Parts: sequence; C-alpha cells; structure tokens
Amino acid sequence: MARKISMRQAINEALEQEMTRDASVFIMGEDIAGGAGGNGDQDAWGGPMGVTKGLIGKFPGRVLDTPLSESAFIGAAVGAAACGMRPVAELMFLDFMGVCFDQIFNQAAKFKYMFGGHAQTPVVIRGMVGAGFRAAAQHSQMLTPLFTHIPGLKVICPSNAYDAKGLLIQSIRDNDPVIFCEHKNLYGIEADVPVESYTIPFGEANVLRDGKHCTIVSYGLTVGRSMEAAETLAKTGVECEVIDLRTLSPLDWDTVMDSVENTGRLVCVDEANPRCSIASDISARVAQDCFKALKGPIQMVTAPHSPVPFSPVLEDLYVPSAQQIAAAVKKTMAN
Amino acid sequence: MTDNRIVPIIMPKWGLSMKEGKVTGWLLEDGTQIKVGDPILEIETDKIAGSLEAGDAGVLRRRVGTPDTVYPVKALLGVIADPSVPDAEIDAFVASYVTPPADEGDDDEGSKTEIAQTPAGALRYAKRGDGAETVILIHGFGGDLDNWLFNIDALGEAATVYALDLPGHGQSTKTLDNPSLTTMTSALSGFMDTLGIASAHLVGHSMGGAIAMQLAASNPAKVKSMTLICSAGLGPDIGSYVDDYVAAQGRKDLKPALEQLFADKSLVSRQLVDDVLKYKRLDGVEAALKGLSQALFGGRKQHDAPASNLGAKMPPALVIWGKDDQVIPVAHAANLPGAKLHVIENAGHMVFMEKASEVNNLIKAHIAAA
Repeated sequence: MARKISMRQAINEALEQEMTRDASVFIMGEDIAGGAGGNGDQDAWGGPMGVTKGLIGKFPGRVLDTPLSESAFIGAAVGAAACGMRPVAELMFLDFMGVCFDQIFNQAAKFKYMFGGHAQTPVVIRGMVGAGFRAAAQHSQMLTPLFTHIPGLKVICPSNAYDAKGLLIQSIRDNDPVIFCEHKNLYGIEADVPVESYTIPFGEANVLRDGKHCTIVSYGLTVGRSMEAAETLAKTGVECEVIDLRTLSPLDWDTVMDSVENTGRLVCVDEANPRCSIASDISARVAQDCFKALKGPIQMVTAPHSPVPFSPVLEDLYVPSAQQIAAAVKKTMAN
Repeated sequence: MTDNRIVPIIMPKWGLSMKEGKVTGWLLEDGTQIKVGDPILEIETDKIAGSLEAGDAGVLRRRVGTPDTVYPVKALLGVIADPSVPDAEIDAFVASYVTPPADEGDDDEGSKTEIAQTPAGALRYAKRGDGAETVILIHGFGGDLDNWLFNIDALGEAATVYALDLPGHGQSTKTLDNPSLTTMTSALSGFMDTLGIASAHLVGHSMGGAIAMQLAASNPAKVKSMTLICSAGLGPDIGSYVDDYVAAQGRKDLKPALEQLFADKSLVSRQLVDDVLKYKRLDGVEAALKGLSQALFGGRKQHDAPASNLGAKMPPALVIWGKDDQVIPVAHAANLPGAKLHVIENAGHMVFMEKASEVNNLIKAHIAAA
C-alpha cells in the first residue's frame, strides 16, 4: 500500500525496515540519536534534520551516537563492514568527507580489489548534499563527482521519496561501499511510497518524460527543475525527454545514449561545480559515442566554478534553475 | 435540466486515482448514429489510454471536448440526443452544464479498498454496489484488482461486486506457501468465508478463471455462475508471457512483456509499466511469482486442468476471449462444452480492458440469466 510521505520519512522507514530484517544492520553518526538536549535519548531529534528520529527507541544499542570525529567513526564503519556487519554511517554533511576520505577511497573502495575478491565492504555512508539551505560554503556542496571518480565506490543521489527508500534499501543490501547523497532541500517533499520494503536496482535511470526534440539528463534536486523546464517548453512545442540518473556510479549509459540517439540533442544539468563534473562526464561520453546522432552542441547547466555563497540572493542564483535549463534547451535547438 | 432526451457524454473515472483525463481525439463526426458500446472518443490518463464507449444510443449531436485538452472527471465532453431535439435545446444544455465537484466523499467512495484478514493472510479488496447478486472479480497472474478499472463500476450498477488481490499480488500478503492452483483456490474460498459470502458469480481472468473452475469443482455450492475471460485451465498451451513477466528486471524487458497482453500495444503506457515495476520490486513478490509460475505454468505448459473436474458440477458458464490473445490461444475457448462462447475481435488477453463495455454487457446478461 502506498501513501504520501516525505523523503525524510522514506529514508527513516528504509533504515527501520532493514534494521528489522537484518540484525547486522546498525547506524552510527554524529547526533543521530541526540542533538536536541532533551530529556534522554527518546526525546532526541534524530540528527540535525530528524531523519533518524525514533530509531534509537526501536533499536537499543544499534543507533550509535559517535564523537565529533569523522576520521574515527567512518573508519570504524568501514572496519565493521569488512568484519561482516552492515553499518550505515551518517556523515552529516558530505562536505566533511575531507577528514575521512582515506577511509573511504583508499580503504573501503580498495578492499575487494586488493584482497582478490575475498573481502567485501557492505558499508553505506549517508550524507547531506546540495545548496539552498543557507548553510554557507562548507555545508552546501554537491561533491558527487569526487566520489563518482573512484572505482570501487557506488554513488547514489535520489530525487524523490519513492526512489530514496528503494535505493537506500538496495544500498544496505549491496556488498560494496555506497555513498548515499541526500539533497537537504528534498527532505520535506512528499511522494507516493509503498509501506512494504522494495528495492530499486543500481544503474537504472528513470525516464520521467518522453520527448523527441531534446534529452535533459539530471539527478537530485535539479530533476524537478528539469521537469519544470520541460513542461514550460512543451507549451512552445518543444518536447524534452527527462532522465533522472538516480545512480551516478554505476551509470545507466544505455538509457542516456538511446535517448540521445532519438532526440539528437543533450542538456546535462548538474548542481556540482562544472569542472570534472557529472555533466562534463556525460557530455564527453555522448560526444565520443553518439557524435553522429547529435544535431546541436551539447549544453551543460551547472553551478558556477565558485564556492556556494552565503548570501541568500547569490545562493539562489547558484543552483541551476528551470529558466537556465530551458534556455540551454533553446540554445541547442537553435542549431 | 433533467431532460432524458438529452444524454451527456462525460469524462469517465477510470480507476481509483483518476481525477482528470485528456481528450486525444474524436472517433465520430457530429450527426453519427451511435449504438451502445460504440467507441466515441479517445481519452488518455496518466495511467492508461482508451476509448470511451457509448453507454446510451442516439445521435452524436455535439462534440464539446477539444482534442489535446485536459478535463476533470464528469466534465461534459459531448451530447447524445434524438434528432428531434432542436439545436437550441442542445445549446442550452451545454451552456448550463455544471461539472459536479469531485467532492471528498465521492472521491473516497471511488477509491476505497479494504483489507480482509483471511486464512491465507491479509487480502486487499474493493467493493462496489449493493445489488442482490454478488459478483467476485478474480484477476490473472501478475495482475491485481485495479485491472478491473473499466468493469467494477459498471457491474456494480446491478450487483454487489468484490474484486480482490490474490495472495502474492497487488497489495495483499506476499507470503505464498505451497504455491499451487489449490492454494489459490483455498485463498478465494477463505476470502468468501471471511466476508460472509455464501455463494457468488465468479468472473475470472486467465489464472483467475482456472481458480473459478477449481472452486466450482471442489465447492459447487459457492459458485452460482462463472465467467471465464481468456481463461487458464482449458488446455495445455500458454505463450511466453508468464516467463517474460517474471524474468523482467527493468522497464526495457517489462514493456515488451506487457505488450503481449493487448491487441493495441499503444495501451501500454509509461505509467502502466512503472506501476507494474513498482509492484514487482516489493519484497517477496519475486519469490511468490516464481513459485506460482513454476507450479502452474512451468516449462511453458499449463499443468492444471480444472475444467476436467467440473463434470455435472458445472455452473452456468460464459467464456469470453480476445481473438488476438497472445498469452493463451483462442482455440482453448472451445474447450468447455456447455458454456456460452463469445470471441471478440481486435482484442487481446486483456479483452475486458480493451473492449470493456462489450464484456460488461455480456457479463451482466450472463449473471441475469444464471
């Protein structure tokens, strides 16, 4: 049975159902139990955004409130995973990866390869990504390209509550390290989500809209803005196919390229900074493999090459908008 | 404005969640003489595309709905009237028509399903109408009660109609121990006991038809009549649909599988594929479907022959088949001696969706005569 719940609730439900199903699943992170200064753990917020609220009461001893040391607890999660547990570690803001990146890219991502397949590291590292939350340059970045660059990591970034639940359950059941990127401005947005557990396979993009004139590829928050742009353009007779990548590594190249083969035009929308981004990655591969299908220059709509501004006015201009996306479609259509 | 010489054509409500639909095109010109069941215009919802068929006979006097325009449920799309009605009266009818609001109570009634705690586990069902006769709609393999979206309200006009999600299907329990035709038949029997239904007219599609026959054979007092639509259990042959449906992991595999169900493949919309995919990805569904398909249809053969157990216990039976059925061959339609038989052109395995009003009328007549 499906009912409307927010992405925050969907993530909480995925964690609860997997902790119920599998005793080796546990969660750890800063303030994921406490944080409100209330009377005892039960009154705690469950993380700064309330995503893990209520879990400590249901799973005593399996919700670990860690010291403010990402290098320590991310390392502990990776080690626990290598020893047979299925930890879900919350790296509150993924921007904090800097102090624990060795544990992620040089340890977790390498174990299976370096131990000849004899080791597996089923760890999930959840964290908030993205701008628009007035949290300034150190808490607002879209660092998905950094993780996507590393072989051995799987990188997920849902755009809605339904996908968030299914992809998080898949992440927990997956035997490789998964970086699960949650856009903080999507937490409150509701969608129809089944009560039951379900999974969404990695490497399957979601085609949200069919169109024959231009392909728009995106993920995370900018999927909604891409749809908004597509609806606006449809009124002028331009039909866009909108693809939500959902998983950045592995990436569903077939769906992207099949679509470009049909439309002949591509707009890549990415909230990350433009250099070496998901947008530039997809643009390069499509230019290489679908060159003959292209009828116009590939367009990229990304954040600028600058830190996220604290000024609300500037921050609102920073994230790709529906207007920018529509303008990019018109630009490639003009050729 | 209760002039029964003037009949409005309104945006139908197809399915539980439909609030609006888009007119995609008219199939008839102004002035066409219409019979009941004639397709009048084409409508697309976010779930499915289909043609609206005439519920009344008369002359199509006015086309109000404009192609490529979205209208709410119950909005006026056209007018059927006798040629004797003056144009001015038609104009006045159109001008004064007010779309009834989709008020909450109405909406709830249209989308309500309930859960019955039965011996086979929690089973979801929908109930429509309150007529004296009781009808139970039994979907096929991989289906659910929403398959009956074009039928349940029409049949509910004259009967009390139940449609259930079988175990392993829809929003019912996904636990299916010892999957077999007997298990599924017991689940139906237990569902009837739980709801206090002593006997009913069974309408079964595909695997649901085999279940209906099996119940009639094992417990004839519970079955007043049977309508078997493209039914399993009438012969050994079956196409690749079940295997393809079970094996499909993503949209690319699932869409061609679902296209085998319809004569008109364009009916398989993106939303339909997405909805089936969402169901298939629920925990427990894959195991249930694999177990059931293996038990009933493993090796691409039908293993059960419930028709052969009926003998003298056979209730009044109606067999309906889509001539272009790619799942179970239409030749099986002739394998139930003593049954009334209707083969419908330009329809596939989902004939009750593709030719809904024709099928609804056949079922109504069958139940009335039984």
